[in-house]
Amino acid sequence: MEKQKAHIDYKNPVISIRGVAKAFEDFAVLRGIDLDLFQGENLVVLGRSGTGKSVLIKLISGLLRPDTGTIKVLGQEVTQIGDRELQALRIRIGFSFQNSALYDSMTVRKNLEFPLVRNRKGITRAEIDKAVEEVLDSVGLSKAINQMPAELSGGQRKRIGIARTLILNPEIMLYDEPTAGLDPITCIEINELINQVQQQYNTSSIIITHDLTCAKETGDRIAMLLDGQFQRIGTFNEVFNTDDKRVKPFFDYNFIQ
Amino acid sequence: MPPFEFKEIVRQCWEVGVRSFTLITVTGFIVGLIFTKQSRPSLLEFGATSWLPSLVSIAIMRALAPLVTALIASGKVGSSIGAELGSMRVTEQIDAMEVSGTNPFKFLVCTRVLATTITIPILATYTGFIALLGGYLNVAQNEGTSYSTFMQQVFQPLQFLDFTASLIKSIVFGFTIGIVGCYQGYYSNKGTEGVGKAANGAVVTAMFLVFIEEIIIVQISSNFR
Repeated sequence: MEKQKAHIDYKNPVISIRGVAKAFEDFAVLRGIDLDLFQGENLVVLGRSGTGKSVLIKLISGLLRPDTGTIKVLGQEVTQIGDRELQALRIRIGFSFQNSALYDSMTVRKNLEFPLVRNRKGITRAEIDKAVEEVLDSVGLSKAINQMPAELSGGQRKRIGIARTLILNPEIMLYDEPTAGLDPITCIEINELINQVQQQYNTSSIIITHDLTCAKETGDRIAMLLDGQFQRIGTFNEVFNTDDKRVKPFFDYNFIQ
Repeated sequence: MPPFEFKEIVRQCWEVGVRSFTLITVTGFIVGLIFTKQSRPSLLEFGATSWLPSLVSIAIMRALAPLVTALIASGKVGSSIGAELGSMRVTEQIDAMEVSGTNPFKFLVCTRVLATTITIPILATYTGFIALLGGYLNVAQNEGTSYSTFMQQVFQPLQFLDFTASLIKSIVFGFTIGIVGCYQGYYSNKGTEGVGKAANGAVVTAMFLVFIEEIIIVQISSNFR
């Protein structure tokens, strides 16, 4: 399915990252990066394993703190707000984990209800049921409602993980390796789901991946992260056709694979 | 600060209680029975078998019931908490909770620590009575003592301080088991290996601390006698 043209407001960044650096002990993962995510945009962050792609979205969601630099999300400086403000901000950000991170002691229904019940005070049983049904329907897994996460396939788990974040109607989606470990057909389905979420929920998204098909199918812009810095940011074709010797091998190698 | 997670605390109390109930029942009964059986010959030498109920009650209520309960709970509950939270940590479930606007420390750690702190004293009291039942069966078999006489002799030597010290001990043990299990699990890392280490660390550390606390509390309570 062809990606529909997104309505991107290039004057309105929902995430602004300036001079962010992060090191783990002596290993510098990110070295003073700058990045903007615009309203309605799908931005794909490409890069080899261990280049700090997942660290980047963990910094955005406040799971990690940068050593230096500023991260502004929906107008709030993540590094300076208190716990309560951060908690309120996180509700506006959906985070889809690489391994889905479904609560394995809960059914699919309970997984989906959990963020809703805890963040929407006074919500009625009927409203919860309706929200759960709607979000399950939007990821095409209505029948899985009473199953346990262990009974689901990798692709189904990804979908439920995405559904769990969508139930709070986030303004920003952060996808960590959404197609990792999935078969090609399921990858296509997940790519389509990411595009569908962008259209249906009007989200702005950062998609972390090293899957070029996923990058091509879902990204409005691609940011190439190498050696702790963005070496190239642009459309897929701009990045793909670059002569940059540091970037080119990544594409050549992936297509040979 | 709200939310107070009452539902989760009740659920965890139920989990802790149910998880240990069968084992504690069996172990408590055996401890009471064996302790009485082993003490009998010594008292028989002095012709003092009538003191057996008093001896059993003091030993069980002051020391054995809280200690046996704590050791079983360390193995059963502590390891389970360590493994559960460790597994949640390595599969990013704790991160998922955090990014969805829930404070995982409050929801996972506080509730479990409170649950063990509340439930272990209840279980220890239960263990005490089950152990006394085991003791009674042995005494009744050998001496033909009636249940009411046995119970009268059991409660006669016990003082208020014995119950208080025992209760305080169980509360401290419960808190320790909960906090150690949660700490080991919540801060575990290194993937699946970390889960095993968390479970193991929870048991070993909790058991060690329980013995240290036992010594300290016995020392303190003996000053009040």
